[in-house]
Amino acid sequence: MQETVKGVERELAYTAVAWNEPIIYQLSKPGRRGSMAPRPDKKVEAMVGDVLSKIPEEIRRKRLPNLPELSEPEVVRHYIRLSQQTYGVDSGISVGVGTCTMKYSPKVNEALVRSPKLTDIHPLQHEETVQGALEIMYRLGKWLCEISGMDEFSLQPRAGAHAVLTNAQIIRKYHELNGELDQRNEIITTVLSHPCNGAGPAVAGFKVITLYPDETGIPNLDALKAAVSKHTAGLMITDPYDTGVFDRNIVEYIRIIHEAGGLVAIDQANANSILGRLRIGDVGADLCHFNLHKSFSTPHASSGPGSAPIGVKKELSKFLPVPVVAYDGTKYYLDYDRPHTIGKTAGFYGVIPNIVRAYAWIMSMGADGLMETSEVAVMNNNYLIQKLLKVRGVSLPWSESHPRRLQEARFSLQRMKEETGIGVDGLNRRIVDFGIQRCFPAHEPPIVPEPFTPEPPESNSKEDIDKFAWAIQRISDEAYSNPQIVQEAPHNCAIAKVDYSPSKDPKKWALTWRAYLKKHG
Amino acid sequence: MPVHPYIPNSVPEIKKEMLRALGVKDAEELFTVIPEEIKFRKGLNLPSSASEYEVRRHVEQILSKNRNSGEIVSFLGGGCWSHYVPAVCDEINSRSEFLTAYTGDVYSDLGRYQALFEFQSMIGELVEMDAVTFPTYDWPTAAGDALRMAALITGRHEVLVPKTISPDRLSVMGNFCGNLAKIKQVEYDRQNGRMNLEDLKSKLSTDTAAVYIENPSYLGFIETQCREIGEIAHEKGALLLVGVEPLSLGILAPPSEYGADIVCGEGQPLGVHMSYGGASLGFLACRDEERYLSTTGHRLISITRTKREGEWGFTYVLPERSMYAARDKSASITGTGTILWAITGAVYLSLLGPKGIQELAETIMKNSYYAIKRLSEINGVSVPLFDSPHFEEFTVNFDKTRKTVREVNEALMKFRVQGGKDISSEFPELGNTALYCTTELHTREDIDKLASALEEVLK
Repeated sequence: MQETVKGVERELAYTAVAWNEPIIYQLSKPGRRGSMAPRPDKKVEAMVGDVLSKIPEEIRRKRLPNLPELSEPEVVRHYIRLSQQTYGVDSGISVGVGTCTMKYSPKVNEALVRSPKLTDIHPLQHEETVQGALEIMYRLGKWLCEISGMDEFSLQPRAGAHAVLTNAQIIRKYHELNGELDQRNEIITTVLSHPCNGAGPAVAGFKVITLYPDETGIPNLDALKAAVSKHTAGLMITDPYDTGVFDRNIVEYIRIIHEAGGLVAIDQANANSILGRLRIGDVGADLCHFNLHKSFSTPHASSGPGSAPIGVKKELSKFLPVPVVAYDGTKYYLDYDRPHTIGKTAGFYGVIPNIVRAYAWIMSMGADGLMETSEVAVMNNNYLIQKLLKVRGVSLPWSESHPRRLQEARFSLQRMKEETGIGVDGLNRRIVDFGIQRCFPAHEPPIVPEPFTPEPPESNSKEDIDKFAWAIQRISDEAYSNPQIVQEAPHNCAIAKVDYSPSKDPKKWALTWRAYLKKHG
Repeated sequence: MPVHPYIPNSVPEIKKEMLRALGVKDAEELFTVIPEEIKFRKGLNLPSSASEYEVRRHVEQILSKNRNSGEIVSFLGGGCWSHYVPAVCDEINSRSEFLTAYTGDVYSDLGRYQALFEFQSMIGELVEMDAVTFPTYDWPTAAGDALRMAALITGRHEVLVPKTISPDRLSVMGNFCGNLAKIKQVEYDRQNGRMNLEDLKSKLSTDTAAVYIENPSYLGFIETQCREIGEIAHEKGALLLVGVEPLSLGILAPPSEYGADIVCGEGQPLGVHMSYGGASLGFLACRDEERYLSTTGHRLISITRTKREGEWGFTYVLPERSMYAARDKSASITGTGTILWAITGAVYLSLLGPKGIQELAETIMKNSYYAIKRLSEINGVSVPLFDSPHFEEFTVNFDKTRKTVREVNEALMKFRVQGGKDISSEFPELGNTALYCTTELHTREDIDKLASALEEVLK
């Protein structure tokens, strides 16, 4: 046993790359350049003459923009160094980052989306010349219907929050067409749903009612019944929750909302745990969305582009954003003929590279692989739970009512905080010293005190999970024996603890280098 | 299920060991949290798992049906543009650290924050504004967010936009405004495309939150009355919002110079491949004032220092505004954005440098003027419709040829030429008109080929 611990300790003895890389403007030398723009053809030049003089003085740029001046090798070195100071799923253990489903993004899918057959096509090209792109979009839509139990998908939304906003707009349009929009101006959500389930409907113009969980970790039905009225436009919640709890009341929720004349949209951001086992459309939801950058393996891309297709039941498909990809038996085409569409929710048709990646991923997994995905994700998570519950200072709220969780679990460090002064902030600054990505705490408000929310999707090995649990144990030991080491962390990272004071001080904050020079230069 | 290469714990012995640790015999027991009656038991009607080779072959075979810009000479723009992507851009955005990172703190992800800060800094220089937010999905959604900000800053509920705006973009902006603001369109001068200032004045009221203009406009011409429009708006207490295509800022005045309060635009031209319109990058810059920044729901990062002398760090600014904390009280949605493309944009702009962007913009404009000249020699074709300077896009009218744009474009395909975007249904008042685009990628031969193909088609 002793030997193994030493082994882990050695494996997690980590020192981050610390280049102390300057801001690119500090590397700039007048006159250097990193690329040569193509020059116009001599004949073109001769024929058109001085085109700049066509631009009236008052709208012409008089001084060159202050972009940095570097040679190509310098630009490459700078950004390679910055990439080395960034921690991706490929870099190591991201088991702590719950709600995000940090699964592996297969490399073959990267090769596919970098094909000039995809990168070099324009969205307005003649349909005959983009049949390949349309075919993959169409097929992915069909597969997502099969996985969700919905009738039709739109691939247009760019990310989860955008999908929720789009679904809220569809709910709006539905009530507008029924002549009830003035009356039905409220969306009900739950506080443990992702915050976009509050923000999306609010941006779409709804008043939002937020239900809180009772002592069992989910809202009780009476709370919902009390919130429902003739003003109810719909319910927008995440299920399974970011706490890893599956809200068993969902069937009842849907019945109550439908009886009240509302629609139900279920955020499927956590679908990784239910793939092949539960189809939210079958349960009665009217709308849903998937995050392709979570359950369907497209890379998180330093925080986007993501992609979040929305799925709806037949009765709502007339409201989908235009265009929808259709197939007439011989060719694929963009269908704009939806008189009741909400219009457009973003430019063009969706995050096409991620649509191709997700299509390829589903194909590689197959029906059997999707079942295996959810099985191993849930097994991994419960395995991690039983390990972490042995760690001093760590607890799992609502573990009496929900001892088993699906894809993730929201723990609390409240006891450790009270006993040692070390909470989740300290844990997160310290865990990176072991070469492990920090934990996702929780969204606001702090329903669980001192929260952290790990999620070990199927692409993590048992060894990854063991190492992660070891690190949490180690930090707990430190908190109880030598809290200073955690308080002053990180020690092995590219930088030391940052000064957070610009965060609220307009005189100090600088969102650009030019602002920094003005305020601090 | 055989052991799957993406699932390390799919090895039966490992599974058994983990389940034993959990005290369960079968993983199925873990799913009792889902009520039995709603479980899906039929099994998904999807093919079974496939090898990497099978996937690759299948997807490549489908993609091979596309015809790309190497196979067809295309003159499309309209919100997505074909520009040269330097190899360094692809090299950096395929770095697996940038590609697979997500939301880590600055200690593990310093490089991601710094590259994003550098992108913000360079956009700040292009538009000459001090505050730049986290990037968002695309130009239309960034413009929608800008309108929301204006309504919240001014407490007013109407915004004015030019009638020459892209109808698709307008639709997105309307959807993003929700109940916050109504959008009204201002007439344009048929002669030169510019905003009709009389109509602007008559529509401006004490409930106007902002006047939004674009430069270059969707229809390709340059709006030259920006300063005047700004003054008219400001006089009534409305803000001036400007949407830009960033490469044009190599030769066009930064919007802050003519009074812009918020600037947004599309970053796809900055080193991001078109990918069927599926790779876009919306940016948003504004005055560095608390009343501006507190009305955006987007995340904001500031440069800062650390405990160790000389180190740079980064911190979030006013985090309580974003939906993560404010939920339904936040001013807009945020979340997963487009950071990989912002990093790419930073690489692109640092490669170009100040001189490079000016030269590039000049090349683009010269190619467009060459195309305008060549096409205007063709019988029956009027190009451009507007007597104003143009940057990279221009209108081509076919009314006198008795052919629709659709027919022209169908016929051009036989010459492996993709004609401009058909805007005859978007702007019926302009007749049979297409929106053409030329960039630095078009050689003289390409443009000559278009001209001779058109001549042939219109014979």
